[in-house]
Amino acid sequence: MEVRNHTLTLIVNNKPDVLARIAGTFSGRGFNIENISANITLDPTVTKITIVTRGDTATVIKIKKQLKKLVDVISVTQHENGSSQQREMILFRIETDGTNTREITETAEKAGCSVISSTSEDLVIEWTGTAEKADDVIRQLSAFSIRDMSRSGIVAL
Amino acid sequence: MELRGCEILIKTLLQEGVDTIFGYPGGAVLDIYDELYHSDIRHILARHEQGAAHAADGYARSSGKVGVCLVTSGPGATNTVTGIATAYMDSVPMVVLTGQVPTRFIGTDAFQEADITGITRPCTKHNFLVRRVEDLALTVREAFHIARTGRPGPVLVDLPKDIVQASIEYVPAPDPADTADKRTVTIDESQLRHAFELIDKAERPVILAGGGIIMGNAADDLHRFASRLSIPVTSTLMGMGSFPGTNPLWLGMLGMHGTYYANMAVSECDLLLTIGVRFSDRVTGKIASFASKAKTIQIDIDAASINKVFSVDIPIVGDCKSALQLLNRFVDERTDTDSRNQSQWLDQVAEWKRDTPLKYSPNGGTIKPQNVIETLYRLTEGDAIITTEVGQNQMWAAQYYHFDKPNRFLTSGGLGTMGYGFPAAIGAQAAFPDKTVIDIAGDGSIQMNIQELATAVSHKLPVKIAILNNGYLGMVRQWQEIFYGKRYAHTDIGETSPDFVRLAEAYGATGLRAMKTEDVEPTIRTALEIPGPVIMDFVVEAEEGVFPMVLPGGSISQMALDNTEPANK
Repeated sequence: MEVRNHTLTLIVNNKPDVLARIAGTFSGRGFNIENISANITLDPTVTKITIVTRGDTATVIKIKKQLKKLVDVISVTQHENGSSQQREMILFRIETDGTNTREITETAEKAGCSVISSTSEDLVIEWTGTAEKADDVIRQLSAFSIRDMSRSGIVAL
Repeated sequence: MELRGCEILIKTLLQEGVDTIFGYPGGAVLDIYDELYHSDIRHILARHEQGAAHAADGYARSSGKVGVCLVTSGPGATNTVTGIATAYMDSVPMVVLTGQVPTRFIGTDAFQEADITGITRPCTKHNFLVRRVEDLALTVREAFHIARTGRPGPVLVDLPKDIVQASIEYVPAPDPADTADKRTVTIDESQLRHAFELIDKAERPVILAGGGIIMGNAADDLHRFASRLSIPVTSTLMGMGSFPGTNPLWLGMLGMHGTYYANMAVSECDLLLTIGVRFSDRVTGKIASFASKAKTIQIDIDAASINKVFSVDIPIVGDCKSALQLLNRFVDERTDTDSRNQSQWLDQVAEWKRDTPLKYSPNGGTIKPQNVIETLYRLTEGDAIITTEVGQNQMWAAQYYHFDKPNRFLTSGGLGTMGYGFPAAIGAQAAFPDKTVIDIAGDGSIQMNIQELATAVSHKLPVKIAILNNGYLGMVRQWQEIFYGKRYAHTDIGETSPDFVRLAEAYGATGLRAMKTEDVEPTIRTALEIPGPVIMDFVVEAEEGVFPMVLPGGSISQMALDNTEPANK
């Protein structure tokens, strides 16, 4: 069976150890977390967690069943390709050499990024988009000196 | 009325119908013990927290009620982990109450602090750290609710010392907000009807019963269904007692040390109905050839157990009892008469049983361990509660003691915990003071929780221990014999084992020894008449093996029937 990324959204009770339970379910049963994001919802007593996992269809079915068994997990839904919107965010800190600030800015904006802070030494650039496009953006900005980079987990709706 | 947390805890336990707690006191639970001092709840003091946990487990498995264990923080809590993991693997309803350092000290590496909710997260059904005394009563009730509903399991509640000392206005907790029941499913009746039609048409059907039948209180329903359709029944180790062991349709246990006829019947059947089974590797052998000629139906309350390791043709999520009741209704509603010709299949099964029964060879006066079990069975008239340790003693008990009723065979199937049987027997004896409770043990495993002799003696719990003393860690020795050129690396313990008779006497129990076959029966008779705990030390054939034996990785149809025969029958 084809191994690919699958995006799951979990609605869980907002308790201190709920993330540990979920992460432990993945590690204890040999499943992978590619990336993860979590935050409270409009109802502060519940948290929405989005997890991208890698595996074949049968594995993802097993993962969903195991997650549904956790007492603090209220629901598990799988995002089907095409019927959901998924985004991740990347922040880049790019070193300037004193002359290329404008060039970096132009390249970044062309790639769909925005500059959110700028000093004489570096620029911090934000990008939001789909996981498929992220590698492309990283490649384009790699022409410059990327000093640091932070990628978020996927959020999906 | 303003009450302290410890008082609220005891009131809530009483609300849950708790009459017995297995425990061990310590600093963090002093307040709780002070309340127990005034309470009607019976407290059974173990001599090690692992013993307390297994005893609560044995109490639960034999009675069907939730077992309760109470220990202190730190090492008290960590000592219960093996007991909790044992209960988790075998789906035993248990509530473990652990003391914890005061909340202001949590995370500071305080004296006797351990992150027990973190440690037990993967081996509990759920666990709680109570952070506010206001949450205490409801949390405890939720713990019981979660432990006993759905697929049962152990739940741990961690109780910081300041929480049990704090006072609030007491309001009894209501029935818990339903956290587990939202997962219960109604059985897909049309799917089950489809399954029934296949069962009804099958020419070579077999039922594989698991621990779910016992936990789900469905043994009577299974008996009715299998009898009406004349379907042979085998079971997993955990399912022993789910179908009467003396019924002609009974095939004995399936799997690595299952009977020849059970393994052959499952390998040759055209339909396999599994109920409350999770397809352990010890049951299936090589998964690709397991029941490979059969349409397979799996009924289980835990959706995650379906298609986990074995893909079935018809999965049905639901509890065993409801499913079997529905199946029995379908039999009632059947209009056409039974047209199947099953006699050929039943004849085949009978032939396997007749030609290749369980067997062992007598060896003069040397005691055969199987003979000890057979004699125990005969002299207790099959009516004892049997617990086991793990290894050869466990397999021989499963093969040679026949269970007509559920909740009579308590054994660590999933985790395979040596040291389980004796404290579990203490728990079962506490639940059933008037029943004969026997731990079938090895000379290795009995030493893992031997300290509980003090518990049995002091609480006047007349548990009988039958040690099949072969001087080895027998099952490991058997593997070394077969797969490691008889190099008995660190399994020869005979020289250094204690004198079990004198050990029993040192604890104030009775010790009996049998050296020869003719001593077996009188020893057991004497032990059964003694009103207190007894160790029977049966000095048995040292290198006896458990057979049949499916070789690891092999198909269950390929068994070694004794230690001279290659495993290719």
